[in-house]
Amino acid sequence: MPNDVKNILIVGVGGQGTLLASKLLGKCFLEKGYDVKVGEVHGMSQRGGSVVTYVRYGLEVFSPIIDKGEADMIIAFEQLEAARWLPYLKKDGVLIINTQIINPMPVIMGVAAYPENIIEKLKEAGVKVIAIDALSFAQSCGSVKATNVVLLGVAAKELGLGADIWLESIAITVPQKTIKMNQDAFLLGYNSRHQ
Amino acid sequence: MEKVLLLGNEAVARGLYEAGVSVVSSYPGTPSTEITEAVCRYNGIYSEWAPNEKVAIEVAFGASIAGARAFSAMKHVGLNVAADPLYTASYIGVNGGMVCAVADDPGMHSSQNEQDSRHHAIAAKVPMLEPSDSAECLDFTKKAFALSEQFDTPVLLRLSTRISHSRSPVAISERINFEQKPYVKNVGKNVMMPAMARTAHVKVEERTKKLIEWADTTAFELGINKLYMFDKKIGVIAAGSAYAYAREALGEKASYLKLGIVNPLPVKPILDFAKQVDTIYVIEELDDIIETHCIKLGVKVIGKEIFGYLGEFSQSIIEKGIFGTVKENTSLDIAIPPRPPVLCAGCPHRGLYYALKKHKLYISGDIGCYTLGAQAPLSMMDSCVCMGASVSGLHGFNIARGKEQAKKSIAVIGDSTFMHSGVTGLINIAYNKGISTVIVLDNSITGMTGHQNNPVNGLTIKGDQTVSVDLEALAYAVGINRVKVVDPFDIEQVKKAVSEELEAEEPSLIISRRPCALLKTVKHNPPMKVDRDICTGCKACLQVGCPAISQTKAENGKTKAFIDNTQCVGCEVCASSCKFNAIKKGGN
Repeated sequence: MPNDVKNILIVGVGGQGTLLASKLLGKCFLEKGYDVKVGEVHGMSQRGGSVVTYVRYGLEVFSPIIDKGEADMIIAFEQLEAARWLPYLKKDGVLIINTQIINPMPVIMGVAAYPENIIEKLKEAGVKVIAIDALSFAQSCGSVKATNVVLLGVAAKELGLGADIWLESIAITVPQKTIKMNQDAFLLGYNSRHQ
Repeated sequence: MEKVLLLGNEAVARGLYEAGVSVVSSYPGTPSTEITEAVCRYNGIYSEWAPNEKVAIEVAFGASIAGARAFSAMKHVGLNVAADPLYTASYIGVNGGMVCAVADDPGMHSSQNEQDSRHHAIAAKVPMLEPSDSAECLDFTKKAFALSEQFDTPVLLRLSTRISHSRSPVAISERINFEQKPYVKNVGKNVMMPAMARTAHVKVEERTKKLIEWADTTAFELGINKLYMFDKKIGVIAAGSAYAYAREALGEKASYLKLGIVNPLPVKPILDFAKQVDTIYVIEELDDIIETHCIKLGVKVIGKEIFGYLGEFSQSIIEKGIFGTVKENTSLDIAIPPRPPVLCAGCPHRGLYYALKKHKLYISGDIGCYTLGAQAPLSMMDSCVCMGASVSGLHGFNIARGKEQAKKSIAVIGDSTFMHSGVTGLINIAYNKGISTVIVLDNSITGMTGHQNNPVNGLTIKGDQTVSVDLEALAYAVGINRVKVVDPFDIEQVKKAVSEELEAEEPSLIISRRPCALLKTVKHNPPMKVDRDICTGCKACLQVGCPAISQTKAENGKTKAFIDNTQCVGCEVCASSCKFNAIKKGGN
């Protein structure tokens, strides 16, 4: 693999807005002059299933997907999904994790248990973890639906491209009346580690 | 030229626009749906949702005969439905160019099988192009129309989930002004009766020979087939997504014969490539079509013996297959419960299924969101085959097992699927004096593919008002005299209607009518609340299978029902499951 290609994996539960996050990431990297591939999955798994999207950027990108041990960054919208997709993280990769918990049907039915203390276990395993209660930040902006953009803000800060390009990208991607709310949510995430 | 990040599907739509296409007719199907949705946003192209793929491709073919450039998109199993017209359209050829995109789903992200649509191209004897990223989706779409007109043939454009649903940069340009060709009556060409078809078949076989020459030469000049020579120890022959994975995995450690036309396959370039490299790997997802072709040419290749016939490939699969190397990774030593897709909170299908549960029925199922009800805890499906099979299959089941079984068997089918191919099954039941009971789950939308309008909901692809199919009148018209309409959230009403219709020794249609909870026009109630003083923790409400209900520990250590107010939309189905009346309406 060309070693300049960077891989970002976005994982969550269908309906959490992972597709918007990957679309915004892709747009920004294209704007910065990179070759980009964003791999999405539509259809059945979007109905509350485990979902993953792949964002890859670099000089020349061929494959639209990311395999085990290849992700430089994982943005997990939910704790269990962070644990599920951990094997995709590179050895020195960073894992951004929303502290939200959404019970899957086998847990609701009582035939499986939701694992306890996932974040502590990730840290014990030596994973570089950035945990954030993005749901609460989003609620403070007026909509739980902005959780994805809060997480994008956290990721953007890690990626070090500055906030402006993302704010512009949000303005041209989301519906007109939600621009301000989404930009506020983004900035809360972007600045969250300095609070 | 402006570069934009487009889904493969959106790039195909852009290609249609730029190629001057003027008629598009499709039926939604993952992963092909977004092509037609994107087409609908361009001015100058007529687009529509047809009731099924056979109708869609026939509409497109009719427009081609009329001299327009025309197109239809479908998923792999949709092409089975459209195969009949395609195979004869191949004999007739085209007037205006005619292209049909078919999207395969290796790995079955959203499908009931992983058939390889290249077999259809071979069997119908039509050329098939296969792009490997969004830029090629646009480019190949445009070139497919030129190819169609040059060789007087419909052309298939093969996509797959990863090509259709990946975004990559695309350079866009202006729409050409395609002048519609004149229509001239030509019975010899356009009317396929045995005498004409015999002549046409001769032309088809000659055409294939010419297409092989084209694949050998012009396809390289046009950048449809490509040769990349790097290290010559390993040679790779691949197309589409498999090429993308191979190039990612092997980089410049291999040379590549990248095929953009996958039917018919080139001959001479493969023989030449074999002379230049030491070992050839054929890397293709699903079936061994390129590999078999190479073997027929006497070229020794390695393919399915390492890579197999199942599922999707990836760069790691190829790296492991060829070099035996695996990347390091970390995992937690804990059990991770699976997260299967579920019916959404507030889904009308849940109420219907919950009401049916008590009847202990044989349920003949179909394709749509309601297929998710097959899983625990609802477990409300005994069979699911293909679009429409619930209705016709139930009739067969009941004929085989007799009248008493028919009183314990039912078919469930969505409104869009019923229009697609369920209605013919219903006609068969009435005509052949069956006594089966069919339920149409009318949620006013084609749901699973992401909300497309259909003939039942009275809206066109653009959202304009149109006539809507009157399901009740339709049932009466085909000879079903017992027709009932129920609200799936009224559990008692559903139970009563189902009991009565199963008991009746004549065919019945029950219409379970309530719009999809995700439609923007649907107003939701405040979330339900659990009175935890009354809740006994009996878990009966969990049998409803709603993602918004779970159990949490109460202060006294007992587990009690809990409703997640970020998910609940107040449909009240869970309330009817609680005999202690512990689940109450929210509000205030």
